[in-house]
Amino acid sequence: MRLQNRHLLGLEGYPKEDIQTIIDTAFTFREVLDRPIKKVPSLQGKTIVNLFFENSTRTRISFELAQKRLSADTVNFSASTSSLKKGESFKDTVQNIEAMKIDACVMRHPTPGAPLRLTEYVDAIVINAGDGTHEHPTQAILDMTSLQEKFGYLKGLKVGIIGDISHSRVALSNIHGLLTMGAEVTLCGPATLIPPQIEELGVSVNYNLDEVIEWADALNVLRIQMERMGVNLFPSIREYRSKFGITSERLAKHKKEIVIMHPGPMNRGVEIESAVADSDQAIILDQVLNGVASRMAILYLLLGGKAES
Amino acid sequence: MNTKKLAKRTLLKNGTILDPVKEKEFEGNILLENGKIAAVGNINVDDADVIDCNGLVITHGFCDLHVHFREPGREDKETLASGSRAALAGGFTRVCAMPNTNPPIDSPESVRFIAEKSQNCPIHIHPIGAATKGQKGKELTEMAGMVDEGAVAFSDDGLPIMNGGVMRRILEYSGMLGKPIINHAEDDCLRNDGLMNEGLMSTRLGLPGNPTQAEAIMVHRDLELSKLTGAKLHVPHISTASATHHVAEMKQHYNLVSAEVTPHHLFFTDEDLAEYDTNLKVAPPIRGNADRKALINGLRDGTIDCIATDHAPHTIEDKELTFDLAAFGMTGLESCLGAVLKILVEEEGVDLFTVVKALTVNPRKIMGFETNLFTEKVAAELTIFNPKEKWVFSRNDIYSKSINSPYIGKPLTGKVKYTIVKGHLYSN
Ligand SMILES: [Zn+2]
Repeated sequence: MRLQNRHLLGLEGYPKEDIQTIIDTAFTFREVLDRPIKKVPSLQGKTIVNLFFENSTRTRISFELAQKRLSADTVNFSASTSSLKKGESFKDTVQNIEAMKIDACVMRHPTPGAPLRLTEYVDAIVINAGDGTHEHPTQAILDMTSLQEKFGYLKGLKVGIIGDISHSRVALSNIHGLLTMGAEVTLCGPATLIPPQIEELGVSVNYNLDEVIEWADALNVLRIQMERMGVNLFPSIREYRSKFGITSERLAKHKKEIVIMHPGPMNRGVEIESAVADSDQAIILDQVLNGVASRMAILYLLLGGKAES
Repeated sequence: MNTKKLAKRTLLKNGTILDPVKEKEFEGNILLENGKIAAVGNINVDDADVIDCNGLVITHGFCDLHVHFREPGREDKETLASGSRAALAGGFTRVCAMPNTNPPIDSPESVRFIAEKSQNCPIHIHPIGAATKGQKGKELTEMAGMVDEGAVAFSDDGLPIMNGGVMRRILEYSGMLGKPIINHAEDDCLRNDGLMNEGLMSTRLGLPGNPTQAEAIMVHRDLELSKLTGAKLHVPHISTASATHHVAEMKQHYNLVSAEVTPHHLFFTDEDLAEYDTNLKVAPPIRGNADRKALINGLRDGTIDCIATDHAPHTIEDKELTFDLAAFGMTGLESCLGAVLKILVEEEGVDLFTVVKALTVNPRKIMGFETNLFTEKVAAELTIFNPKEKWVFSRNDIYSKSINSPYIGKPLTGKVKYTIVKGHLYSN
């Protein structure tokens, strides 16, 4: 039941059967999380460091909880990259940590490709917890786990990804993962926030949100970052909301069931209306729980813990 | 690399002599006397040092219009002396050094500093002066004074001259002096914070892209301004099909424009960046394969005049960083011939003459240097290479102070065996 790759750096080219194995394992751990004692000894004696070169409380807590539930020893390291720019190199920092005998590194870093560099500098297993605007594979796996839970299948599922695709590691990992699993993906957002030649990956692009809602089984709504407004990527919140915002009024027009996801943190009232976020069709909180289960599955499979029922 | 002072008489024996000026190729010998050409052809003497050139090509010493030797300011990366060694290993006897040093070469005094220091170097080094004071893109430098001290061209290389009005004045003024302007042609607003070529690869890697249009638009502007002012324009490190097309168009109406291409834009494509190798982070960026093919065709049909390395040494500290923080540039002198012969001659079937001209007579013509190097009494400036030798480039082949070369471990075809310049013979 081991995975083919020693590290989890991204979902581009990641084997389909391994994605399925992780999702299936995540469901097993979901059961553990529903028990009164939510802890298994699978990774006892293993040491994992969470290297966060960029703040992400939610992802870090999710990983930390997954590690604790598996009985691993956990260390957290946070550093702003600004201190790295001041002279201490990335290489020094990570080699210092490696010297402390670590089994795995979970890393969040603002620069695409940093996890790949990390695999060259350390012997530990590397798990990418988001590298800039490149990939965020564990998020995509928890999204797929949530979709599989909701629909019972991924093959042929129609997923719309809405918002800032250009600056989203979530979008890219979801695209690779969903396409590998046989789902169909349509991207929707302002043209200024759609990356060049993205269709060549096998997705469709449609600027008309209503058409995408009509087509999709589920929408993954991405966070819009206000600072993009200042550099001409979109003109105003008002206009964004009117053309790409997910509101109950817009959804009501379509008279269909559609599942709403959001990787968080949400800008309520901007890309998603509160009424939608809190509605029954939103599975946003299931995503959070599945996040812990999926990360448990990933850590368990990569660190080769003993089988545990 | 072995260094030897040339004997009173040296005979280069049984080589294939490739004359890039007369475009003739013949088997024969070259006799050097006191470091000068004494005879070319069927000459034979008894009392000379003999260098067996069997199976080797003897041609003019290579000339590179675009190197960064980092002196003054970053002598830890390269000096005029260490850069000269890298040049000799690559068969280059003559180079033009870019002025983006610290401080930049933007005054007659600083040009004199380079010119005087270069006297003691084993190759010929010509300073290029900055086009604007401090390379800030605003005020003209004392170009006439710099020409008097030995500047051969003007450039703010590394930094594009963004203001079209300033560029026009620079061209007018340098046109008066008959010296080319070399503008690092990338529209700063369009390239934005791009770290690699914009396209499917930048999307896949999640890196900000720099579109081909950033170069094409700037090249087009510069060509138009060159024609308007009647000045000479040399387009450095051309990297796109579109800019190549603009140069070809302008050359039909106006003949004071020229262009260079680097070995790395011919050798690599943006797909080679899949592992975020910072040695492939260069400006302008490595492009897609369609652009690469257009550059090869541009060189084949003469739109692109010459090959220049844009040799840009950086310390390990400046390169062993995450992709966003790493410096732009790669070294290229030592690997140049092996890279271009492999791609152009072996893979693309370009005529060897075309490649040799792009390394010898064409760059010399652009700068107005002596081109008749097989003429009697001319100081010997020769390169002798094996066009067929296959080898793998390694760290041991590097003479630069810096090792930021993506060619390490790459198989190349064609190897420089001897370089002759300033009365010395260097053998690899
Ligand atoms: Zn340049």
